[in-house]
Amino acid sequence: MEIDGSKKLLKIFISIENIDRMVLYSLTFYLFSSVAVLSALMVISAKNPVHSVLFLILSFVNASGLFVLLGAEFLAMILVVVYVGAVAVLFLFVVMMLDINFVKLREGFLQYLPFGALLGIVLVIELGILFLTDRSSNIYNNQTPLQPIVNEVENTKMIGQILYTEYFYLFQICGIILLVAMIGSITLTLRDKGGVKRQNIDSQNTVDASTAIEKKKVKIGEGI
Amino acid sequence: MTYDILITGLIIIAQILAVVVPVLISVAFLVYAERKVLALIQLRRGPNIVGPFGILQSFADALKLITKENIIPSGSNKIVFILAPIITMVLSLAGWAVIPFAPGWVVSDINVGIMYLFAVSSLGVYGIIMAGWASNSQYPFLGALRSAAQMVSYEVSIGFVIITVLLCVGSLNLSKIVLAQQTVWFAIPLLPMFIIFFISALAETNRLPFDLPEDESTLVAGFFTEYSSASFVLFFLGEYASMILMSSMTVILFLGGWLPPFDVYPLNVVPGVIWFTVKVIFILFLFIWVRGTFPRYRYDQLMRLGWKVFLPFSLFWVVATSGFLVYFDMLPN
Repeated sequence: MEIDGSKKLLKIFISIENIDRMVLYSLTFYLFSSVAVLSALMVISAKNPVHSVLFLILSFVNASGLFVLLGAEFLAMILVVVYVGAVAVLFLFVVMMLDINFVKLREGFLQYLPFGALLGIVLVIELGILFLTDRSSNIYNNQTPLQPIVNEVENTKMIGQILYTEYFYLFQICGIILLVAMIGSITLTLRDKGGVKRQNIDSQNTVDASTAIEKKKVKIGEGI
Repeated sequence: MTYDILITGLIIIAQILAVVVPVLISVAFLVYAERKVLALIQLRRGPNIVGPFGILQSFADALKLITKENIIPSGSNKIVFILAPIITMVLSLAGWAVIPFAPGWVVSDINVGIMYLFAVSSLGVYGIIMAGWASNSQYPFLGALRSAAQMVSYEVSIGFVIITVLLCVGSLNLSKIVLAQQTVWFAIPLLPMFIIFFISALAETNRLPFDLPEDESTLVAGFFTEYSSASFVLFFLGEYASMILMSSMTVILFLGGWLPPFDVYPLNVVPGVIWFTVKVIFILFLFIWVRGTFPRYRYDQLMRLGWKVFLPFSLFWVVATSGFLVYFDMLPN
């Protein structure tokens, strides 16, 4: 009854004996990763910024699929909840609201091209060095593709055990950085505009006949 | 052999159908039940022509809508316009994969079941935003913006409610959450959280009194103003399927899932799936009852309730629950 997702996936693969289960596993991996890479490409090449954000979301979802294949189901779900469910929604919100002139946006393209290309080249070289030199480490030494790590302890529990003991201070520092960012963005955007009518629910609820009604004697022939 | 793959594939497809088909049928009867209950609240008869007591009304409506012409506005973004209802529908069905109807009756009993449900329900907003944006029309767009802000706001408090329950269970697995309620359903010790969760579920499914994304008195029909025929049916099905999904989530988190109210003789011979169904129907009745009773919230009141009332209160309750559990040494494992 308590089979976790990756174990169940593995069980399906084991039941298929003649086809190498790793072949099926690799196929799933390549499906997720190729869609992730393609949609990432579409993010930067799509003409319409809303389409870009939608492709970004597709990319996130596929990345979370890759996490599930690795047996890191907690990370996969957190990725969907935080990035897809919250961050990307607000992102889409902002992009939809902004009135962007696409032609004007493209004008600066050549101006930024050298700088962007430089960044890209540096990244590619770094990745290349990693792949060329680090062949001896465990990950690349294995002939088989990455396999789901099936543990007795749920990985949610494992993350908790490490995060709140060994990396406790780092965790706290992350929290403080987020707090500072939050306070910063609030102070940047909070303005006291005049003329905004606000509803005071407490004062509305405490109204009774004695405070709401005022009796006035009106003289005949005169207004109040 | 290839035979094995076929069998495995067929079993998976059969499992999916065994969940999706009853959900779709219950959507049809939920629509009928809603119209009937609302009619009773308003002293009307409700649907009573098609079939005995009008019970086939929803099927007739669905058939009528599907046979109509599907109009795609010329100014719309066609691909996104067509994708939006499909995404809404698929997401409202995807969540059912992890729902345990009875001990062992679950398509995929994953470790992070509750996180998966939370993730799927938070994705539901995309169908609405995409519909509103792709329609290229003012009212749907306003509906989409309202919906985006509303769903993000209420997700925060839903998250804290889920954390409170998880503190008492010690696992993210839905079957374990149900089994942890054998002594007492969480609705009793965590009553305020139960109420917050129910109200947030109303907001999350865009139901009255929080249905501002489709507020007909100001936004025509909100995000699906431009939709017709089959794509409208998909939105409609999606909304009701996610309503049933949120009710099942409430039942699993707070009302003991498939467990009987008391573990005594005549109650515990009733199969778990019947208890589960009865509880889900009860929550759905509450959804409809609320719709028939309360006026719609104003938008700023909705935001105030989410951020200034529910968020601090649920945060306080998380701290209080964990403090209580640590002090009395009652933390699970």
